[in-house]
Parts: sequence; structure tokens; C-alpha cells
Amino acid sequence: MIISQQKPLETILSTLGENRSVFIVGCAKCATVCKAGGEEEVWQMQEALIASGREVTGSIIIDEACHMLRVSRDLRGKQQMVDAADALLVMACGAGIQSVSAAVQKKTVAALDSMFLGNIRRFGQFEQKCSLCGECILSATAGICPVTACPKGLLNGPCGGMDEGRCETDSEAECAWAQIYAKMTESGNCSTLTATVPPKNYAKIPKPGKLNLPK
Amino acid sequence: MTVSSSNLQSKLSRGEFVITAEVCPPKGCDTALFLQQSRALSGLVDAINVTDNQGANMRISPVAAACLLLREGVEPLLQLTCRDRNRLALQSELLGAAALGITNILALSGDHICFGDHKEAKAVFDLDSVQLLEAIQCLESGFDLSGKSLDGPPRFFTGAAAAPEAEPFELTLFKLRKKAAAGARFFQTQAIFHPDRLERFSNAIQPLGVKLITGIILLKSAGMARFINKNIPGLRVPDELIVELENAVNPAETGVEIACRLARAVKPFSHGVHIMAMGREEAIPEIVRALIKTER
Repeated sequence: MIISQQKPLETILSTLGENRSVFIVGCAKCATVCKAGGEEEVWQMQEALIASGREVTGSIIIDEACHMLRVSRDLRGKQQMVDAADALLVMACGAGIQSVSAAVQKKTVAALDSMFLGNIRRFGQFEQKCSLCGECILSATAGICPVTACPKGLLNGPCGGMDEGRCETDSEAECAWAQIYAKMTESGNCSTLTATVPPKNYAKIPKPGKLNLPK
Repeated sequence: MTVSSSNLQSKLSRGEFVITAEVCPPKGCDTALFLQQSRALSGLVDAINVTDNQGANMRISPVAAACLLLREGVEPLLQLTCRDRNRLALQSELLGAAALGITNILALSGDHICFGDHKEAKAVFDLDSVQLLEAIQCLESGFDLSGKSLDGPPRFFTGAAAAPEAEPFELTLFKLRKKAAAGARFFQTQAIFHPDRLERFSNAIQPLGVKLITGIILLKSAGMARFINKNIPGLRVPDELIVELENAVNPAETGVEIACRLARAVKPFSHGVHIMAMGREEAIPEIVRALIKTER
């Protein structure tokens, strides 16, 4: 899931600037789970905008704002409210915001900052486990991703800053390679630790990414 | 092509004990103090480590600083980290260094950006230290990482870093074996505080046939030791040394005593020592004298 966080209200208001009427778009998936752009947050945003002297022409929570066709269709269903607004405030990840900006000509304002692809540890606690690096090496690293869990993304073992299995950047955090090593030791197979891992192939993740499934 | 030679390499291969020290390049273009400190050390040490944006703090390019040392007749040991350069930049920096006559390279991953003065910068780490060592070998074989041939391959004397006191020890060995396989000819270590742990380390790396240059740090005070423990990755001054410094009448002198004591204690297990004087380069001669008096 895409982990996102709401920008400070002052930032949102200053970006809206002179736009007095606003249509709000939320997302029923990731942004809802992150409590950043679900029904409750859209409602709170509406209250805040009204309190700032603005008019809210309407709102919608789209089921998966990253789905471009669906966003386009759902916004058409609210055409009048959208037309009445000076700007659309989108409480979704960057993907969702761009589904909206592609569907309408109006000014689109981002209410959230998109942060990472996250796992849910428990309600309200998210952790990045995967960096979407295009070439998964988890089979060789005991199922723990050093590209993500190591702040330096080191592929061949711990850096000189590791001590007592802790990371140099955060003494509370366990070194990714210490975790990998512990898990391998437990299973009695450290064989993949001995092989030198070649540099990553960044050509595997061209920007912007694109994938077309065969029809 | 520049024909370069490494005094450090020659001495180590002859089995002679070597001494290296570290001088930090300036933040700015005034290199007077840097050169003055380096010149003062030149007769005492075999090579001077030129740090590369040490602790992720932006300073003058280490290649430029190493080149300035060469002009002064001082042998540099160029530290090169993967933190600030991708594989193109690393290779081009290495070729440039070789063309300028720089031979000794210490291939490092680099301290994380969060320790330095540009915390908002993007950390690169396109390669890690093992891959950097392999890139160096690749250049030496006459090709770049894309397989294109070079007009005039470089020749280096390459080393890597080691943290002999870090735990889990076995895990660190996996990486050191990779470093040795990738062409590291010497290990320069983090500062050592427990000579017994260095003995364990020395025994463990013996099969690798890599020379061991042991790090010795010069402590100035208990406060500095605590600062190091908090801010310098991979360094942990033990409590008993902090207490010793705290109870000292003259902590600076006690710091030199501790450094001499450690240097003497590690000598039997090392092929050399690397002195990190932390701005007190004037104390290095005393540590060197303590070493000369010690039989290996």
C-alpha cells in the first residue's frame, strides 16, 4: 500500500490561495488506511476549508484514485460540483492526484505527501519493506530486503558502522545484514552470504515506469 | 601514461612495518594548513590518508587534495566513498587519480549522509565497497564496468576498511572475504581499543593474505570520547578509557599515553598502524617513537 501523510493545513491553504471554491477528492484505499484521505479526513478538510472562508462545492471518495478511468468516470458523475469549483483538492497519493489532474482541466492541489510502499504492522503503523527496485533479490537474502532495510542499500554485507547488530544511523534499529545473518544462521544455511552480489541494474526500472501486459 | 609507484606497497611487501596518518582536506580553497600538517608528517609516516567528505561533511575534493600532496612529495592514500558518486563518477575519479599519479586507494562505502552537514542531500550508493573494489580491478584489467576498453589502464594499490571489534564478528568476516577476493591488498581498521579482539581478528583474516594496518585514535579528553561514541559511526571508546581520561591531571597527555599503549599492544598482530590524530597531528611523532621502540 502507498503510505501518505497530509501536508500541514497552512501549506494547503496557501497553495489554494485565491481559489475560493474547492471540490475535494479522497481515496477509499491506501489514503483511507493511512487516515490521510478517507471519509473522515475529507470531512475534516471540508470543515477546515469552510472555516478558512472557502466554499466546498462537493466531495467524492474514489475507490482507488490510481485507477484513471474510474476517476474520470466518477468525476463526470459530479460534473456540476466540479465545474463550480476553482480548484480540486486531492487527498490521495501522487498517483491518485495525477488521475485527477489528467481527468480535469481545473487547478489540482495536492493535499498529501506520498512517502513509500508500506506494509501494515498494525493499525496506524506502517513500515517500508520493499523499494520497488525492479529486480527482487529476496530469495538470496533470507527474505529480508537489504535494498530497503539498509539505509545505504548495501548488497554485500554490513558497513563499518554496524555494531552489536545495530545500524549506524539509528541505534534502535537492527542492521539489515545482521537480521539476514541471524535468519540464515537459524536455518543453518549461510551459503548465499559468500557470493559477491554484482551492482544493481537500474536499467530495469526506467523512469517513468511502464508495463503493458500482452493482450 | 603516468608511471606511479607506492612506497606503502613496497614497504608492506618487504614485510616492513608501516605507519599511516590521516589529514582532513580543508573546507574551502585555502590548502595552506592542510599542506603544512601533511609536510610535517611526511618524514614520519609512509602515506597520508586523504579523507573523502569525511563523516558526510562537504570538503575539498580528495583527488585534488591528494594531488597537492603528491606535488609536495608526500605519498597520499586516497579514500574514495560510494556515498556521493555513481559508478560513472567513481570510475572517472579513479582514472583521473591514476593519471595524476595517485596509486594508493582506500575503497569505502562511506558514512551515511545523516551524520554530515548536508543532511538533505541524496545518498548515492550506486555501488557498495565490494563492488567498488571490483570496479577498480576491472579498470586495472583495461576495461570499464560497461566492458569498453581503456586507453591506458590504471594501476593501483588498493585497500579496504575493516571494523575488527564490531559484532557479530562472523558476519563482518563474510564481507571482508569478499573484499579480499575483490582485490583488497590491505585492511585499514577502525580505531582499536581492545588489542585482544584485534588478535582474534588478525587470526581470522590471516588466510586472506591481506595486510593489516590497525587504526589508533588519539583521544583528547573524556568529553571528546563521549562525543565520538555519540557521533562517529563504528567507533566505541570503552568506559574504562573514558574514566582514565576523566581522572587524568592532563587529559591530552593521557590521550597520547593511551594511543602509545594501544599502538604498542597491537603491533605484534599488525603490519602497520594508522594514526587518527583528530586535529592533534603534533602528537604523532611521540606515538611513532613509541612504536619504533617496540619490537614486532
